[in-house]
Amino acid sequence: MATETHDAAGSTSACVDAGGGAIGMPQLCPDWMGNQIFWLVVTLVVIFFILSRIALPRIAAVLAERQGTITNDLAAAEDLKVKAQEAEEAYEKALADARSKANEIIAEAKAEIKAEQDEAAKKADAQIAEKAAESEKAIAEIRASALENVETVAKDTAKELVAAMGQKADTAAIDKAVAARLKG
Amino acid sequence: MATDAKEGGQELVFHPMDQFIVKPLFGDGPVGLFTVTNVTFWMVLTVLAIVGLLVLGTSGRATIPNRTQSVAELAYGFIRKMVEDVAGKDALPYFPYIMTLFMFIVFSNFLGLIPGAFTTTSHIAVTAVLAMLVFVAVTVIGFVKHGAGFLGLFWVGAAPLPLRPILAVIEVISYFVRPVSHSIRLAGNMMAGHAVIKVFAAFAPLVLISTGIGLVVTPLSILAITAIYALEMLVAFIQAYVFTILTCVYLKDALHPAH
Repeated sequence: MATETHDAAGSTSACVDAGGGAIGMPQLCPDWMGNQIFWLVVTLVVIFFILSRIALPRIAAVLAERQGTITNDLAAAEDLKVKAQEAEEAYEKALADARSKANEIIAEAKAEIKAEQDEAAKKADAQIAEKAAESEKAIAEIRASALENVETVAKDTAKELVAAMGQKADTAAIDKAVAARLKG
Repeated sequence: MATDAKEGGQELVFHPMDQFIVKPLFGDGPVGLFTVTNVTFWMVLTVLAIVGLLVLGTSGRATIPNRTQSVAELAYGFIRKMVEDVAGKDALPYFPYIMTLFMFIVFSNFLGLIPGAFTTTSHIAVTAVLAMLVFVAVTVIGFVKHGAGFLGLFWVGAAPLPLRPILAVIEVISYFVRPVSHSIRLAGNMMAGHAVIKVFAAFAPLVLISTGIGLVVTPLSILAITAIYALEMLVAFIQAYVFTILTCVYLKDALHPAH
């Protein structure tokens, strides 16, 4: 179907037939080459100036800016990482400090308690010793007083015995005799 | 190249090359040097597309880019990295021109894929100018930077001494063939793909003429058009890429001529 626009009937070009169809390869038609070359050069110059004056510097700037932003962000991230590490170290240190301090406090408390206990034990020992000494003294006293009483009782008994035998008791002689007996 | 095939009174019309005809945009006059033609129209569209992507698309200058700006940055990074990797850091001053080449070719190729479009890069006149600009620029840069030392490019120091003159001849020939292959590769690829699509398109209405065979041929040709269109999308990008990377390779030879 001849759908091409063949309205160029009677074209002035040697490369087109009367029906507007191409004769041979249109690529090789010398009539058109000058026109194509002219417009190509115009187009290339226009594109070159648009690219080198507007488009390429702009894209380069955008890319550089993006690279800068990325670099900055990475640096900031690195900073934050270092900070986080520092914070972690500080936390660890604080934790270790607290732990050692707690151990110290525990040891101190233990020592204190032990000292208190020792003191209390010593005090108790001293008290016990004191009480024992006191008791011993009391016992000695009691023993001494008991001995005295025995002497008194012996003298009294001797007097009563002498009296009961019906004789007049010479108190001094009796005492002397009792004392001599007790001594023996 | 209008080859008409007769088929049962009606005819299939093959005009695969008509899409490459250059014609004035207004009126039917002759095509002079400054005539506004369909070439002009599609080149202006190319410029507008490039402005839309690289200028309007990046007007936000956003640190977090939107889609258009992302694509623009992607294209920028893609070509810049290519220049830096292939031609070296000292080639970066030429980056704007290489970017110009790439953007022009890639947008011309893709705009040419719009049905009914005119593909400016399918014309040898266009690609030859592109290739010659690169060839001349590279040669001039080579001689300006290295003087006669640039001729060391043709003197293969690694080869045995008796072989060197022979290799030098081959190197010189290959050097001067560069712009030819550089330009014909692009124009040939674009022209061939578009012409093939057009040929298949001419087969597509066969069902209207001959129902029997048309029932088979018409779906097949439509399928083929679709497949080749997909292939052409790939080719459109790859050819722009190839043209650009070859430019970088040639530039590398000019900047570092030693083998």
